[in-house]
This record gives sequence, structure tokens and C-alpha cells, in this order.
Amino acid sequence: MRTYSSSRVAARATLLASAAAFGLALLAGAPSARAEDVLIGVITKTEANPFFAKIREGATQKAAELGGVTIQSYAGKFDGDNDSQVTAVENLISAGAKGILMVASDTKAIVPVIEKARQAGILVIALDTPLDPANAADATFATDNVKAGELIGQWAAKTVADPANAKVAFLDALENQPTVDAARDQGFMKGFGIDPKDMSRYLDEDDPRIVGHQWGKGSEEGGRTGMELLLQKDPTLSVVYTINEPTAAGAYEALKAAGMEGNVLITSVDGGCPGVQNVKAGVIGATSMQFPLMMASLGVEAIVKFVKTGEKPAPTPGLDFFDTGVKLVTDKPVEGVESITSEEALKLCWG
Amino acid sequence: MSDSETPAARRAADYEGALAGADATVAAFGEGPASPIERLQRFLHAFPIAVPVIVLVASVVLFSLIVGNRFYHPYNLSLVAQQVTIIAIIGIAQTAVILTAGIDLSVGAIMVLTSTVMGRLAVQSGVPAELALLVGLGIGTLCGTINGILITYARLPPFIVTLGTWSVFGALNLWYSASQTIRAQEVAAAAPLLQATGAATSLFGARITAGTVLMLVLALVAGYVLNRTAFGRHVYATGDDPEAAHLSGIDTSRVLIAVYALAGFVAAVGAWALIGRVGAISPTSGSGANLDSITAAVIGGTSLFGGRGSISGTLVGALIVGVFRNGLALGGLDALWQEFAVGILIIAAVGVDQWIRRVAQ
Repeated sequence: MRTYSSSRVAARATLLASAAAFGLALLAGAPSARAEDVLIGVITKTEANPFFAKIREGATQKAAELGGVTIQSYAGKFDGDNDSQVTAVENLISAGAKGILMVASDTKAIVPVIEKARQAGILVIALDTPLDPANAADATFATDNVKAGELIGQWAAKTVADPANAKVAFLDALENQPTVDAARDQGFMKGFGIDPKDMSRYLDEDDPRIVGHQWGKGSEEGGRTGMELLLQKDPTLSVVYTINEPTAAGAYEALKAAGMEGNVLITSVDGGCPGVQNVKAGVIGATSMQFPLMMASLGVEAIVKFVKTGEKPAPTPGLDFFDTGVKLVTDKPVEGVESITSEEALKLCWG
Repeated sequence: MSDSETPAARRAADYEGALAGADATVAAFGEGPASPIERLQRFLHAFPIAVPVIVLVASVVLFSLIVGNRFYHPYNLSLVAQQVTIIAIIGIAQTAVILTAGIDLSVGAIMVLTSTVMGRLAVQSGVPAELALLVGLGIGTLCGTINGILITYARLPPFIVTLGTWSVFGALNLWYSASQTIRAQEVAAAAPLLQATGAATSLFGARITAGTVLMLVLALVAGYVLNRTAFGRHVYATGDDPEAAHLSGIDTSRVLIAVYALAGFVAAVGAWALIGRVGAISPTSGSGANLDSITAAVIGGTSLFGGRGSISGTLVGALIVGVFRNGLALGGLDALWQEFAVGILIIAAVGVDQWIRRVAQ
């Protein structure tokens, strides 16, 4: 039999009371939308990624600049968390939102709730990651990820000593090959001169120059472990493709530990400020820079325009999305591939 | 069994008669003729570490045959040790908690939070690295103490408390770090001490890092404390039967708080090892360590019901996971199947543990 002494009961009551008080304080402090404002929801994959922090920042800045716009932001708990994003869309529908900017965690599974939002008259713009099918959203504002991969692939092919006999290792994101992951990886192969076969997925290639693929979950830790394994598979590898710059930083640590940091070209995609600094420091040979702040602010502008005129944003001619641009960043420019230096890129990084 | 003349019914009708033909021995300890399987069962019960060690040796031999010398080369084996260092350190903390029949879902979050604290203080706020490290260790211990106090004095289940603090510490980590990574080069320039756990020496082709040595030292100290001190016996007793432990004069509340506080401290030591391994300080690195640490403990033979298990088992458990991931990857198998294999290992480990336990009944 367990018995509660009176002091324990008291301690417990105090705890419960303070928890309740804390909750109320949070509610009181939460920003409330003015009824006449245009409500725009920003839904990102996670809170943890600075890329998504930049998207929220871009939307908030634009809203403050335009006036009369309220931003409500939501995020999943982890990369791939569809349920939280569905809940966020449902909440925005019932809150009377006019537009949603969405970075989908699961590009297929989010589609049914997006349909509901559009039926409720909400303009839905997919940011960064196109939905599957892409026309499930009213518009997509994104980096051309195939082109982002192609640029670093072209750069690597012109920089590595003997491209015909080079050994290329791939550090991808997740086993389920999200659209962004596959597009960058396949773009790289196209740029480097490897036959990518089916452009919508990797692992179906048979080029003997491919050492292998590992999945780093877009993190330093995953990049390091993945690179260690690929080095064990083939210590003569000469080029590394990485899905993003944290993965590249982890890969570099593994190469440094093996004393091979000078012998291997590291390429990446993203263009975050730490990544650009790594280009400057010689850790990353070249990276493709994307522009999240611009994605979000263009998205807010488009929704406000839609509310005022009913006009929907149009895609870039020849593409099924609005291309927010990509730039190759390297301090070792090559003939025939347009690039900017890390110095110039530091002024632009995610600005 | 529709027949009413079941053996049980007959026994109920005639107690004495049921004894006819029964063994007349009053009590005996392991002296009757035992089948080889029973003997194996008893051996494993007496040496719980045997199962994980057998699995580890078997998997090393297996992968050596499949993958060849790229696998069993000393460099690669030391690589596996490096790759499991973080999981093993967090596993040490987790094992101590599980021995009390508890669970700590927040250890990964404590580790990431303290790494962020160490990094921001030393690299961005100009605090000396030694002090930043100590503050980090202090914050880790504080986080663990909060878990312990909520579990003992608020009488909340460990699962719930640490599920909550997992979120709380995780959110604090994202807030304090502003979701930003501190680059490895910045850490190296401002606070090389934080990366000291990544320093390595070569030994017969193997690459031994300070982090791996730190893991072994922590394991030795934790193993000594749990097996050779009064506090250690109190931990086992509290996990085995808290009422009995309480009645025999053990202050179980104090034991629990101390164990969770120590788990927080060890998680903060894990943060130091994490920075050495990753180089950079990232608000997302190592966030899955809580579940990995439970995996290592369970495969190493620690019972989730408390009171049974060992630090050495967890160390071997972590190595088994590392060997499987490394061996399968070098063998060219997808990451998907690595996870599949680890899942099977977890279930098999608990199955074997339950089978061995039947000896005690």
C-alpha cells in the first residue's frame, strides 16, 4: 500500500497549480489576430532547421512591411511529421485564413487536407518542396533543385583531375527519397555526366564511378558517419555530393580524421551563411545557393494580391513552379559555369 | 478439456493421493540431472553478459566472412567504436535509470541542450572553455535532478515525466541556439577544449579517440559504483522491489533522485563527446540518442522491469548495433535493412532475457 503524506499532497497541488498558471500566462501572452487583418499561415517541416527559420522570418518581415497582415506559424515535430501539418491546415481553415505558405513534410499525404483548404477559398502556395502532384497547390515557389544539383555536378566534373575515372560518393537525406532529395541527387549526376536513368529517383544507376549512397538525415552527425562508411567502401574516392551543408561539414570531419581532406572535392546545396563560410574556409568546394527569405516574402505578396484582386500567381515560363533562383558559390570558378565568390555570397546568404 | 476428470479436478478431490509418485525431495538446488539446454539456461542466468558477448563475437565473425578485410581491419573496428561512443555513453546513463525500473526519454535532449549551452557560452559569449564545460555539466545535472524530483515527490511515472521534459529541454535547446549551428572551425578557434574528445592516436592501425577512452572510463566508474558500493546495491534493490528496499531502510526517493541527476550529468559528458565527434555544435545532432540508448541497454540484457542488467552489457549492446550498421552498410545493404536487423535484435534480446529468467522460477 502506498500512502501519501500531507506534505507530498501539498507539493503535488502546488505543482499542478503552478503548471496551470504557467499555461494561462502563455495564453495571455499569445498574439491575437485583429479581425480585419489578412491571416496567413506559414507551415514548415520543423522548428529546428535554420532554413525554415528564414522562411518564417521572411514572411513576418514582409507582413510588417505591408501592414494589415497577420502571420501564424506552425511546424512539425520532426522531418516527415505529416500529422502536425494536417492539424495546422485544419486550424487555419477554421481560423479563417486567406492563404497558406506550406513546406510539406510528406508531399503526397498532405494533399487531401490542402484540397479542403482550397475549397474553403484559401490560396495555398507550396514553398521549397513541390506537392505531389504539383498542381495540388495553387502555386509553388521553389528553388529549381535539379538545376541546383546540376550546377555543382558541372563544377565537380570540370574541377576533378580525371572525371572519367573519378569515384563519386553520395550523402543523401532520407531512405524514402523526398522529392527535393531525389531532384538534387539526380541533378548532380546529370551535371557530372553520370546517366541518372529515372530522374525521379536514385539507386537505379549503374555507372561504375558511383561508390555508394548513404543517408545523413541532413545533419553533421549523419554526414560524418555516412562519410566514414563510404570511405571504408572505397578509400580512393575523389568527389562527394552532399544534400546540404551540415552534411558536408560532417563529411569533412570524417575526411579530416582519415587525413584525406585535401584529396576529396566536397559539393553541397543550400547556401546558408555557415555553409558559405565553409566554402570560404575551403571545407566545401562549391555549393548551390537558394533564397528562402525571398520565397516567403514573394509568397506573402502573392497572397495579399490574391485577396485584393483574385489573381493567382503564375509559374515561371517552361516550368511547373515559380523559380526563386539558384546561384553557384565557389572560390574556384570554372570555365562555362556561372558562379559567385564566397565573399559576394556572404552578403546574399539566405537574405 | 471437456472431460471433468481432469488431473486438477482429481487432485482437488484427493490431496494426498496427488502426492503418489511425486518427487520426495523437499528442496534441492540445481543438483538433479539437467538437460544441456537447462544447463545453458543456468549458465546464462549466472552470467548475464554471456548472451550479448556471444552475439557480438558471432556478428563480427559473420561480417568478416561476408565483407572481408575491409570489415575486420583494426581501423574499421575502431571506427565502429567511435560511431557507438555517444550511444554507449548515453546508454550508461540509461542503464542506471532502467535498473531502478524507470526510463529516461529526455537524455538525448539533455545532451543536445548542454552541447548548445557549452558552445554558445564558449564560442559566442566569450566565456572560458573550461567554465563553459563546467556550466554545461551543471545544467545537465540540474535537468536530471528536475526529472528525479518530479518522479519522486510529484509521484509521476518516469515515462510521463521524461516524455514531458524531452519536449521541454528540446524546446529550450532550439530557443537558446536559435536553431543555428556553430561551425566546427569557429569551435576550433574559440574553444578547442570542447573538441578535445575528438583527438585521436593510432595504435596498430586502429584509431582511438579521446571520446572512446572517455566512454570506457565512464563505464568502468559506473560499473564499479553499481557493483561495488552500497549506493549501487541500493539502485538494484530499488529497481527490483521498491517496497522491500524501502522497508529495509533504503531511502528510495534519494536513490531515485541521485540516479536521474547522475543520468543528466552523464548525458552532459556525452555532449562533450558529441562535440568532439561532430566537430560542429548543431541543435539537431544526437536528438535520437534517447531511443538508441534504450536499444543498447535492452540488447545488452538490461531488463526494462528493473533490478537486472549491467553497464558492460550495455557497452556490448551498443557495439552490436554499431557492428550491424557498419557491416550491413559495407556489405552494400540499404539503411532500411540495417534498421530492420536492429529491430529483430531488440525483440530477440528481450526474448532470450525472458527465457533465461524462467530458471529463477
